[in-house]
Amino acid sequence: MARGAARDRRARAISEPRFVRYALIAAAILFLALFLFAPLAAVFAYALEKGVGAYFAALVEPDALAAIRLTILTAAIAVPLNMAFGLAAAWAIAKFRFVGKGLLTTLIDLPFSVSPVVSGLIFVLLFGLHGVLGPWLDACGIKIIFAVPGIVIATVFVTFPFVARELIPLMEAQGTEEEEAALVLGASGWQTFRRVTLPNIKWGLLYGVILCNARAMGEFGAVSVVSGHIRGETNTMSLHVEILYNEYNLTAAFAVASLLTLLGLATLAAKALLEWKARREGTSRELAAQRGELLEY
Amino acid sequence: MSIEVRNVTKAFGSFVALKDVSLDVPTGELVALLGPSGCGKTTLLRIVAGLEVADKGAVLFDGQDASSRTLRERQVGFVFQHYALFRHMSVFENVAFGLRVRPRKYRPPEADIKDRVGRLLKLVQLDWLADRLPAALSGGQRQRVALARALAVEPKVLLLDEPFGSLDAAVRKELRRWLRRLHDELHVTSVFVTHDQEEALEVADRVVVMNDGQVQQIGTPEEVYDRPANPFVFNFLGNVNLFHGRVHRGSVQIGPLQVESPEHAHVHDAPVVGYARPHDIEVERQEASDGSAVQATVAHIRAIGPVVRLELTRSDTGEGIEVDITKERFEELQLKVGEKIAVRPRVLRVFVRDYSLLPPQPDDDAK
Repeated sequence: MARGAARDRRARAISEPRFVRYALIAAAILFLALFLFAPLAAVFAYALEKGVGAYFAALVEPDALAAIRLTILTAAIAVPLNMAFGLAAAWAIAKFRFVGKGLLTTLIDLPFSVSPVVSGLIFVLLFGLHGVLGPWLDACGIKIIFAVPGIVIATVFVTFPFVARELIPLMEAQGTEEEEAALVLGASGWQTFRRVTLPNIKWGLLYGVILCNARAMGEFGAVSVVSGHIRGETNTMSLHVEILYNEYNLTAAFAVASLLTLLGLATLAAKALLEWKARREGTSRELAAQRGELLEY
Repeated sequence: MSIEVRNVTKAFGSFVALKDVSLDVPTGELVALLGPSGCGKTTLLRIVAGLEVADKGAVLFDGQDASSRTLRERQVGFVFQHYALFRHMSVFENVAFGLRVRPRKYRPPEADIKDRVGRLLKLVQLDWLADRLPAALSGGQRQRVALARALAVEPKVLLLDEPFGSLDAAVRKELRRWLRRLHDELHVTSVFVTHDQEEALEVADRVVVMNDGQVQQIGTPEEVYDRPANPFVFNFLGNVNLFHGRVHRGSVQIGPLQVESPEHAHVHDAPVVGYARPHDIEVERQEASDGSAVQATVAHIRAIGPVVRLELTRSDTGEGIEVDITKERFEELQLKVGEKIAVRPRVLRVFVRDYSLLPPQPDDDAK
């Protein structure tokens, strides 16, 4: 008893009074409920308002299917491209010294710092009928703006930084010694990349790809500018949701929105799983590295 | 395979890491590149390996210019300072890596790889850790895996960058003896970089002392220790006492002490510095007024082990002098702190003072 009381007193000495703790916890839960759980619940509630039948009917309706197909197609092109670009950029920035490295690092962040609407407008100005390349493209019969290529290009631009951003700090922290060791041991450049660099960054790469994919599927602003909103042709899921909503077709709008929400939840789950996996593999490694450093200094 | 370095110069931006360095390493020798941080020794090693390219000069393997050879063609084994083990591969796979990445034509069959890696791991006494990841090993164990990995490709030359730099003292001592034995067994031409003079003197056949991007002296450990070529080598290898004075036609005057220095017979009145190792200095009780000794006071006595270290203060200049005498001599003299004694260098190397010989030493290692 006496010891328990002593422990209580000590615990009290290093923590806040009970009512402060409860108030803080309550505030946090209230905030989450208001801004996260309520909207989340609302999406599914509205989507299922007229029953499961209406929900699925809204999803298999031809225009909705076309929007889903276009979204998947866009992501299927943009994500692999950005994975390749991101890998190349991160590899160059993290492993080599060259003139203009700082500039390249800054430029990679450009899509993050520019409003998506402006990103879309850039491509309209570039490829649109009155744009720089527009007349020439028109003469060749190539349609980019208000067509699928424009949507893909805008998506690639907006989602460009994800993979590179994820990989640059990771690769910089890992340094170039392992690659040098591989080269001295007789490995070719490709062997070094595949057997040494890639396994070391695989979790970071996957993480970047998942974030990139989530954004590619959910992008609205830039795509909205270049799409032209042609039903069944240039509408992605996000654009389709907007159109349905503006037509007061709430059930259908929320049904499609629920798909995007599910994608978001799946992304979160995958992210958590990856972090857990990387930590499990990495913890002992980092601890050992820290020990090594302690011995060095 | 022998290595020749011919007039190699290398700069990183405005920092000149190597200035016209030349060096021969005969086949089968174990050579140490010794010098303070930033002296260019690691850069030189990396140029030999092919990890850096020299701005000027050439590296010759067995008399053939290696400059145009790729890393793979050079067939060097390189042990990195921080081991650079492949963190996602087991110890076994780390050692097998060099064999697995060979072009199919030259790749040994799986059974041979297994056999060879097994033998190497036994050689470095780590066969029981073959399945572990590098993170699960201690520093000394990682170092030995790195060595086994470098040896797996049967290199013609073995290059080691501060091989024991990040290990604690006891492991360090054990590993460097072990490296010496290994070298005596394998006879691979080996070059290792170190800033630890004890390590270089104990392990190497020959020592290359470097400073400020230049070779200061090349010789056996005995040569560089007993006959240093210049004040830098004197300072860098072991303890030394400095005696400032002047030379005039071969006669050196240091305080009351007068020493003949025939090698400076042509010098008219110039400042000089005399260098004497602590164990090359004699102390006597009786005062000397004939110019054969300087007077000093005993400031501190450390009588641990067979050698007694005396810290003295010169009576004329107040400078400190360190002297090592045997325990027997110490007991014979019965010295106490505060007593006045006569100090006489038995061996004194005199260099005309030229500050250009002792450039300021940068703190950071050139990478």
